[in-house]
Amino acid sequence: MDSKWNIIGNEGFKFMGKMNASISHEIKNVLAIINENAGLLEDFTLMAEKGMPIDPERLKALAGKVQKQVQRADRIVRNMNTFAHSVDETEKKVDLGEILVFMAALSKRLAAMKGVALEVTPPSTPIAITTNPFLIENIIWRCLEFSMAVAGPEKTVIMRVDKKDQGASILFSQLKGLSDASSHPSFPKVLENALVESLGAQIVVHEGNGEIELGLPETIEH
Amino acid sequence: MRILLIDDEEELVSTLAERLSYRGIDADWATSGKEALEKVTETSYDIAVVDIKMPKIGGIELKRMMAEKYPGMKFIFMTGHGSEEDFRTGSEEAGAEYYLVKPVDIEELTRKLKEVLEK
Repeated sequence: MDSKWNIIGNEGFKFMGKMNASISHEIKNVLAIINENAGLLEDFTLMAEKGMPIDPERLKALAGKVQKQVQRADRIVRNMNTFAHSVDETEKKVDLGEILVFMAALSKRLAAMKGVALEVTPPSTPIAITTNPFLIENIIWRCLEFSMAVAGPEKTVIMRVDKKDQGASILFSQLKGLSDASSHPSFPKVLENALVESLGAQIVVHEGNGEIELGLPETIEH
Repeated sequence: MRILLIDDEEELVSTLAERLSYRGIDADWATSGKEALEKVTETSYDIAVVDIKMPKIGGIELKRMMAEKYPGMKFIFMTGHGSEEDFRTGSEEAGAEYYLVKPVDIEELTRKLKEVLEK
């Protein structure tokens, strides 16, 4: 294994671990809410046994709250499943708009912890490329993590995908903090460069515009 | 006893507050560090039960800010994150009276709130 693949392999484990920790935290929160609603139901039952009537509207509302949390958990687990299966194939045709929406959903909680909102501007028509699904998710995350650090006072990162002659590009914009080079680390670094090289991609930082552009080929080359 | 529950999951803190009220504990709630800081300026609380991982102002930072202004206030941390052992060590280092791992056991929370207040 050469050093580039060592770097990518180590980063892949870290990326997987970070996302799984975030997902498990969200599932814990869902379970905690369901637990409290079930507990409240038990409290009502105990009160009813002592002669206090139960308001059917409260019971209906409680059932609705539990159903809402089950739907939330279902969304989280579906994302977790999609993420887990992204390592199944090393080369696959992927819809970049869908990948951006997926990555925004996967990173939403981590972004919220930093007080940052993520927005995706969907393309008018689907833009697909043939690439390594897991590595592209990893490089999007690296760009996103850096973008959140330089999001500026609006604290919103906007992601957009555009069709290009030989592939596509993903633009991370509204990065007002980019213009102050002294306030943030350099980007891309060794890790991002290793990912970019393996995907046949490139990263261009437009400091003046507050944008990072991730250029991607139509088909990954081996 | 008057307590303040702080967690960014509104449904969790509002339900916990209602369940504590059935156990004779006067509980209020906030869904962010900012809201909690506003509430403590308006009302006096004996104990704050704080989620350690919250957007913008995390639990440890919030505890430091509140303890500076209200030295008599006591703290219990809760989390759904990490191993229980790491969390316990972290809570102790941050000076919390006790820690809880989600999902919270309401009877344990009630008992601990009373214990912390009697200390």
